[in-house]
Amino acid sequence: MADSYARSLISATQLNRARGKIVYRIVLTAVIVIFTLIFIGPMYFLFTDGLKSTQEAIATPPTLFPHALHPSSYSTAWTEFSLGRLLLNTLYYAFGALAFQLVFDVAAAYALSKLRPALGNVILAMMVATLMIPAMVLIVPLYITVSSLPFVHINLIGSPAAIWLPSVANGFNIFLLKRFFDSIPRELTEAATIDGASPMRVLRSIIIPISRPILAVVSIFALVAVWKDFLWPLLVLGGYNPPRETLNVGIWEAAQTAPQNMVLAASAIAAVPTIIFFLIFQRNILAGLTAGGIRG
Amino acid sequence: MADLVTLPQAPGSRPAKRRAGVGEFGRRSLYSVLPPRVQRQVSAYWFMIGAVLCFALFSWYPMVREIIMSFQGKRLNTDGLPVTTWVGFENYRRIINDPTFWTAWRNTLEFTLLALLLGFVVPFFVAILLNELRHAKGYLRCLVYLPVMLPPASALLLFSYFYDPTYGLFNDILHTLHLPTSQWVLSPGTTWPTMAMISVVIAATWMNMGGATLIYLAALQNIPGELYEAAELDGAGIVKKIRHITIPQTKMVLSMLLMLQIIATMQMFVEAFILDGGQGVNNNTESVVYLIYQYAFAMSSASNFNSASALGVLLLIVLGIFSGGYLWLTRTRDRLSRPRS
Repeated sequence: MADSYARSLISATQLNRARGKIVYRIVLTAVIVIFTLIFIGPMYFLFTDGLKSTQEAIATPPTLFPHALHPSSYSTAWTEFSLGRLLLNTLYYAFGALAFQLVFDVAAAYALSKLRPALGNVILAMMVATLMIPAMVLIVPLYITVSSLPFVHINLIGSPAAIWLPSVANGFNIFLLKRFFDSIPRELTEAATIDGASPMRVLRSIIIPISRPILAVVSIFALVAVWKDFLWPLLVLGGYNPPRETLNVGIWEAAQTAPQNMVLAASAIAAVPTIIFFLIFQRNILAGLTAGGIRG
Repeated sequence: MADLVTLPQAPGSRPAKRRAGVGEFGRRSLYSVLPPRVQRQVSAYWFMIGAVLCFALFSWYPMVREIIMSFQGKRLNTDGLPVTTWVGFENYRRIINDPTFWTAWRNTLEFTLLALLLGFVVPFFVAILLNELRHAKGYLRCLVYLPVMLPPASALLLFSYFYDPTYGLFNDILHTLHLPTSQWVLSPGTTWPTMAMISVVIAATWMNMGGATLIYLAALQNIPGELYEAAELDGAGIVKKIRHITIPQTKMVLSMLLMLQIIATMQMFVEAFILDGGQGVNNNTESVVYLIYQYAFAMSSASNFNSASALGVLLLIVLGIFSGGYLWLTRTRDRLSRPRS
């Protein structure tokens, strides 16, 4: 954390020698060039091949620069696959899931951390234990449950709730939030309680303002998870229900029949919002990664 | 101290509180005669109810349901209508006798091993390299993590374009270098390691390595610099420093990521599904999760949730052994290190 000079594998004196400086310069340039080629290179083709004509996109050998620009494939892909619709759908699912997770998981983590209900530890353990259950393993019984909820027999297939509600059952959210709430001193909430604040008031006026950093982490995870999910939205919203599909599923379906340049144009359009999102929030995203990754 | 400062205000807030109590008297009378401790309990449960219901419906119940369903089957009763009955281990017997069962496990294991080789080892050395650089840090970090943010369908459709045997970029590169070209994901071979699976792993690693790299990077920055200085005084070179300082110091993070990666890669589905439809040529990229998907949803006439559940239970057991083993190993390490500290 403290940004005073922390040394690593190779010492500063070694680097400051004439030979060290040259080697360092060479390695640095090589790393920058190679990493740019590996990680940006493919994305260059993603964006430029959408500009090629259908013939040129599947020409051998592939061309590095489009001979003639065909921006029309972008606009055709946009209308043909109704990408605007898919984009709106995905945003709707992502922010809906975020809202449900923030309301339910924050409230539950707050109760578990500060109100200490009877059996709270058992409930907490059962919630965190779901982290050990891999998501893909439960896909079949989850699908059956969602297609007919027990006791009430409501079918959620094809409705956004099929994405929103299961996303609340996220043991990681509960774990992160509860651990953060535990670090808020008890004196703070107890003082408010003595002044007559209800539990809801304590949550709104004390806990939530203090917890902004962890709420940012949880929010980013929630949005990215919905944005990147593939199989679950394919099962509950895809296939037979095109106007409700997510972007991810929609472009995969388009790729089954459409010509290559259109597929790439659609993929490029689908990638733009996430790239913009990343560039805006990169600091929070990269910080959240280590907050979630290293426990204790 | 803060409490003392706010105390004088407390009497002022009291009437307000009483007013609220009177105003809602009719509705909350029963509630407010309860002792505060009980009130607190009741409100705690109100706060938890949403999350508890969601966990119960979408996590705890499906878990139990899966185990129950794996022992059930549909039979026709005397009226010719299908009814659900207990069938014992019949579902398990059926899936084990399916020839693709062992292929799917073999492929999943192959994917896991290859993905660990690439996706576990490569990010570690990339992180060590990035940690040594004093320039362009932010740029390189963003670069490595950018593919993680892409929608998987975008990234994988791009890779399937590169992998195309006739007009793909990768074969063109091999061609200009005068190397033999490849069928990539569509390679028909089934002997380990298959070209098809290697292609899937390359795409998966490109997509996912950013996360592991940045977690390692954070762990590397926590290594105290004095350790390296001491090693240098003893005349240790770079390789020795990595082996005797870097790796032991990041052991916790390494072992945790190893377990998380094994669990994640054993659930491989979307990569092969988008790159080659899931099965590949001669089933050489068919994974266990793909087989579950196929049992449950893809065979339109014979969709069989019970067989899919049985396979899900088996996968759960295998993954449970991995994570149980991990917990057991880290626990013994804690116990050993405790007397020392």
